[in-house]
Amino acid sequence: MAGIIGYGAYIPRNRIKVEEIAKVWGADAPSYRRGLGLEEKSVPSPDQDTITMSVEAARKAIKRAGINPQEIGAVYIGSESHPYAVKPSGTILAEAIGATPEVHSASFEFACKAGTEAMFVCLCQVESGRIKYGLAVGADTSQGAPGDALEYSTAAGAAAFLFGMENVAAEVNETYSFMTDTPDFWRREYQHYPRHGGRFTGEPAYFKHVLGAARGIMAKAKMTPRDFTYVVFHQPNGKFPLNAGKQLGFTREQIETGRLVPKLGNTYSGSSPMGLTAILDVAKPGDSILMVSYGSGAGSDAFIYTVTDRIKEIQDKATKTRDMLDKNKVYIDYGTYAKYRGKIRRAE
Amino acid sequence: MRDVAILGAGLNKKWGELWSMSLRDIFVEAALSALDDAGVDHFDSMYVGCMTSGMFVAQEHLGSLMADYLGMNPVPATRVESACSSGGVAFRQGFMEVASGINDLVLVGGVEKMTDVGGDEATHALSAAADMEYEAYEGITFPGLYALIARAHMHQFGTTREQLAHVAVKNHKHGAMNPVAQYPFEITLEDVLGSVLVADPLHILDCSPITDGAAAVVLCPVEMARKISKKPVVKVLGSAQASSTIALHSRKDLTWLESTAKAASDAYKMAGKGPRDLQVVELHDCFTIAEIIVLEALGLAERGKGGQAAESGMTALGGKIPVNTSGGLKSKGHPVGATGVAQVVEITKQLRGEAGARQVKGARVGLTQNMGGTGGSSVVHIFEAV
Amino acid sequence: MANPARYWREIPQRYRLEAGKCVSCGEIYFPPRLVCAKCKCRQFRTVRLPDEGHLVTYTVIRVGPSQFADQTPYAVGVVELDGGVRITSQIVDCDFDKLAVGQRVRVEFRRIQKQGDAGILCYGYKCVPA
Repeated sequence: MAGIIGYGAYIPRNRIKVEEIAKVWGADAPSYRRGLGLEEKSVPSPDQDTITMSVEAARKAIKRAGINPQEIGAVYIGSESHPYAVKPSGTILAEAIGATPEVHSASFEFACKAGTEAMFVCLCQVESGRIKYGLAVGADTSQGAPGDALEYSTAAGAAAFLFGMENVAAEVNETYSFMTDTPDFWRREYQHYPRHGGRFTGEPAYFKHVLGAARGIMAKAKMTPRDFTYVVFHQPNGKFPLNAGKQLGFTREQIETGRLVPKLGNTYSGSSPMGLTAILDVAKPGDSILMVSYGSGAGSDAFIYTVTDRIKEIQDKATKTRDMLDKNKVYIDYGTYAKYRGKIRRAE
Repeated sequence: MRDVAILGAGLNKKWGELWSMSLRDIFVEAALSALDDAGVDHFDSMYVGCMTSGMFVAQEHLGSLMADYLGMNPVPATRVESACSSGGVAFRQGFMEVASGINDLVLVGGVEKMTDVGGDEATHALSAAADMEYEAYEGITFPGLYALIARAHMHQFGTTREQLAHVAVKNHKHGAMNPVAQYPFEITLEDVLGSVLVADPLHILDCSPITDGAAAVVLCPVEMARKISKKPVVKVLGSAQASSTIALHSRKDLTWLESTAKAASDAYKMAGKGPRDLQVVELHDCFTIAEIIVLEALGLAERGKGGQAAESGMTALGGKIPVNTSGGLKSKGHPVGATGVAQVVEITKQLRGEAGARQVKGARVGLTQNMGGTGGSSVVHIFEAV
Repeated sequence: MANPARYWREIPQRYRLEAGKCVSCGEIYFPPRLVCAKCKCRQFRTVRLPDEGHLVTYTVIRVGPSQFADQTPYAVGVVELDGGVRITSQIVDCDFDKLAVGQRVRVEFRRIQKQGDAGILCYGYKCVPA
């Protein structure tokens, strides 16, 4: 059975607290903290972008898988902040990890579920036998408009997964996708910041698709929430995944290991994928994992994984996600944040 | 090989930001000053030392240009480039042409026009003296490269920040007596240490400035000089040049200037002199730390102890071996291609007894040391009053 | 550095630290060379440099060239990678006060420069405290 043979994540070092942002816009920090279930978020340094983070996450995945990168047949990065509008991020990633020249690539976009789209495509290519290994990355350095609610949560991070048929650490038992045309959150070309439908982004968007995909995959696999050790949902804020879990009948414990958002923020295409890496860091053989992503526009990809004995051999081969999240972080103020994120108008 | 003399020497009137003077004007002014000093109005061949007129003013083909503007077509005219040692290397070329007997009267000039571009572009142009792909690409600047050397020297030998500052203070004390200098005023230790940091541990006052300026000399065989010169004859005793790696990180020892040591050793040998025979020195203080490590490579200070030289007064006017009586690159200015030739002009004046307030009493033997980049090239000359 | 060809040519070095090892005397050159400085041999094997090393010397650039003006102050150092080859590299994600000669560092992939808003993006190596 095909599945994940290696995984890795990357989180930039900088953090900014909700209080720091609220101060500038005259907002009430405690109510944002409560309402969003969020304390702080990661901020990329000026020399970091979707590609640099993808390379670092991918290098960890390759280290864990222990494979020759020349045998990787496809490299896909899913993001809504690809550095180039035309020129795939994957070519630079493929070159950096030494997978070129016999390799496929394309840039994936589906708002926050571009990463899981890449994962789905790699899985299928491996299962079909067309490629030996596929590398899928979900990564973002998204922007939130100054003063907008999203500014508190838009963060940066990357998660990379290598798919293969041998030495699988997490088998993919089932996949499912639930998608409709729902204009909840979008960005037109040449616009700097995205726009969203306010409260419309909740029930008709996130919840309809996440719950739809979760129920759909569980029906397909004939499983119930009780059958899972862990569940990870797309995490735009601290509340939504808890709410979705509750509606579906999952416990807080099942959700908590993969729920990074209170300290990380929303890493968009990296969101549920990074949560998955945090789970894989501590999972035991036999554990069952449900993953449900969400991308505005809108849709959710669902995966069911079963962890194998192989997980024990690969977990410690690279830095763990919670270690990156909790250790080696440095807090910045709003001025530095605005400078790093290019929010200050410069001379031509 | 014939013995070669400096027949004439001069700088353009003032070094600094010369807004109303173009590259060609500055060079011609210096050349005319040297020709007047020599008492001749023609020459057989000429050399122009210039680091990068191409990047600063988008002008190449300086040989033809300057020969034309000096009214000296069709003499052969050669542009020489060796980053910051362009002037010194041009001088060596001129020396060899006269020494070999190919020509009798050779003009050697050096020039740089740096202020037609903004600070950013100037920094970019100067970084071409380093490894563009593997040093400059990474974001290192020239002050940064010398700061790396300074940190290593401080770590290895205990050299202090104050010792670096003493070099700048001394050179300004000398430059205050030089009317051509860009910054002809004294500064204090506090001024240096309190000035803005450019690349730790170097402050802005540890660094030579951006300058427009030119210098020129006229060379001829010593015999001819004895016949036609109205001034004391200054002879070139030794001339040598050496190269080292372009990138600082490729050197085995980051604090040892191999190219300067080699050029100095060869020049001393040719001149039949040693460090103890020198009475006055002009060396390449592009940054304060540079003067310290050059002194060590020239054998004027023990390895690791170069920091004590300016601090103790050894290298000040009136001290054991005055260094950079002109004010050095720090106070006089550093129009890159001109520097190597200007050093020769200062030593010539010293050995003739024409240095006025800056005169080193009884100076008979002097040395110039000019280098490019972080020491990728070095050229050393030794002179004697005959 | 705006020129695409000029940037592209150095990619194996900037992305993968590919160096050339002299087949005759074993000396390693980064970037690769056409002739060995030690033994004058003209044949080399491609090797990848290790991605860990230590700081030989360092500085903090406070006044940077225009492409780096937004990043000041930033640290740069000479790093000796394990095995002996030295590179010049920025040191990032570090406390300037904690930089020290001999400090262990690790190579990370970062964006080095970009050509304004419309030019190419230039990637390469930087070092972080290990």
